[in-house]
Amino acid sequence: MPTMLEVTDLGHSYRAKDGVHEAIGGVSFTVDAGELVCVVGPSGCGKSTLLRSIAGLISPTRGSTTLHGSPVQGVPDDLAVVFQDYSRSLFPWLTVQRNVEFPLRRSLGRAERQARAAEALDWVGLSGVGGKYTWQLSGGMQQRVAIARALAYRPALLLMDEPFASVDAQTRFELEDLLLRVTREHASTVLVVTHDIDESVYLGDRILVLSGAPSKVVADLTVDLPRERDQITTRESEAFVTLRSETARLLHGGRPRSTKPVTSANQAEDGQTVASRWADAERAETGRRATTT
Amino acid sequence: MRAFTRGTAGLVGFLALGEVATRSGLVPRASLPPPSVVLAGLAGLLADETFLLDVIATVLALVIAVAVASAIAVPLGLVLGGNPAVRQATRAVVEFLRPIPSVALIPLALVLLGSGPETKIALAVYASVWPILFNTVYALDELDGLLVETARAFGCGRLRVLLSVALPSALPFVLTGVRLAATTSLVVLVSTELLTGGNPGIGEFILEAGSGAGRMDLVLAGTVLAGILGYLVNAAFEGAGRRLLGWSALTRGRS
Ligand SMILES: Nc1ncnc2c1ncn2[C@@H]1O[C@H](COP(=O)(O)OP(=O)(O)OP(=O)(O)O)[C@@H](O)[C@H]1O
Ligand SMILES: [Mg+2]
Repeated sequence: MPTMLEVTDLGHSYRAKDGVHEAIGGVSFTVDAGELVCVVGPSGCGKSTLLRSIAGLISPTRGSTTLHGSPVQGVPDDLAVVFQDYSRSLFPWLTVQRNVEFPLRRSLGRAERQARAAEALDWVGLSGVGGKYTWQLSGGMQQRVAIARALAYRPALLLMDEPFASVDAQTRFELEDLLLRVTREHASTVLVVTHDIDESVYLGDRILVLSGAPSKVVADLTVDLPRERDQITTRESEAFVTLRSETARLLHGGRPRSTKPVTSANQAEDGQTVASRWADAERAETGRRATTT
Repeated sequence: MRAFTRGTAGLVGFLALGEVATRSGLVPRASLPPPSVVLAGLAGLLADETFLLDVIATVLALVIAVAVASAIAVPLGLVLGGNPAVRQATRAVVEFLRPIPSVALIPLALVLLGSGPETKIALAVYASVWPILFNTVYALDELDGLLVETARAFGCGRLRVLLSVALPSALPFVLTGVRLAATTSLVVLVSTELLTGGNPGIGEFILEAGSGAGRMDLVLAGTVLAGILGYLVNAAFEGAGRRLLGWSALTRGRS
């Protein structure tokens, strides 16, 4: 698969009253076209800042991003963002339907636009509320409108910032499966920030674990699960459970265990992939841990 | 409904008080006729064609003044609100011009524009520009940055963000500005008519009724009509705001 997104030594510092606050401190990774990568990291470590930089909404103070091989300056075409603060990202003067149509206004005719928006609202289980205003909906419903708007756009690169934080568990499972299905159908490349470790394993082809601010990539884990995921069997599988605990440990700054209770040969292989990546991450992170502990 | 009943009761009480005060001789009847006489005079005037032409002249001038002021102030407000540099550069000029009372500009306007209706309209425009301009600029300050980021992320350029995000989000504030501008305009129009004379309008009617014959009942009838006009203009804009901008927290909080 060709590389879609290449982030090289990306850093961003906010100017604060008392000097500068370094939110992200040199993040590097690549994402192949069609890949879904989850980003996990401690609260306030700069995940939203990272997404904003990649989207070209803020200009990084160092490093660079290339998309399709060309450097990102300003907002790239064919990009959609689901913001963490989803409810403030919906236009209060537009109905739900028109909010979803908003990004399609430039490219599509009226009929096609309406059909696409209706389809996306149906995906997220909101086909009945197109005529309402977004402020008449519950938080979880608003979040689904924001997701529908991004999916209706069918972007080449989809950036999502904790997109399922406000929905109930059952809806969350459905939306996770929806995201996998729709983005694969349109071969979208997706970056999902999540604070839910289970979700990162379930959704991701890879998981990027970030350190606390100024954040760096602590680990880049490949999720060696079959691409077809199932909410029950996938989550029960031993590979899933193993990856989940490894991610959790890395997230909390822990070292990988040297011996792992692995039973089947297949899973041993998974484990090795994971373990070798930890080792890389460990080497990269020794300096950081030395200062924080 | 209850509010309406109470409001009506208050109004009736106020009129009754005026009636008692004037009829009992507490206030000299010649200079302040009782409300019943004034209202009877007003009823008579509403059938009087020349008076109606005066009213129409003032209302027409009001509509033109508010339309022209909006056409100037909204785009200007978007430019000033969206460009801090331009705003800083124009700040001193704006702060100097704004406090000048329109009525003080009458002599200048007469010299520049003559004694036709252009003069009063120009003065009303001058007075109306400020509330619309300041409300528009304020609205842009209040614009949620995340809405702008959302539009930008979906590929909207500067102009598109201005027209499809900044403008609609500013609309409730702009409408409030226009409403204030309309009531201010009415004051300026009637004052100018009163002070300059010679042009049809409510102000000129009041001026004529007061001079010579000294018909205070007609003077007050004209004044009451000007007040009713002001009330109606305000109510019309509030109604339009509630209908058109049901989404806005500004109007939502009140309904
Ligand atoms: N506009 C801003 N100006 C100044 N500082 C900011 C700004 N936005 C974020 N920060 C700071 O940068 C750091 C990273 O913020 P960011 O929102 O990217 O973190 P996050 O990982 O998304 O957090 P969370 O998990 O809570 O969503 C925080 O310390 C925050 O206070
Ligand atoms: Mg965040």
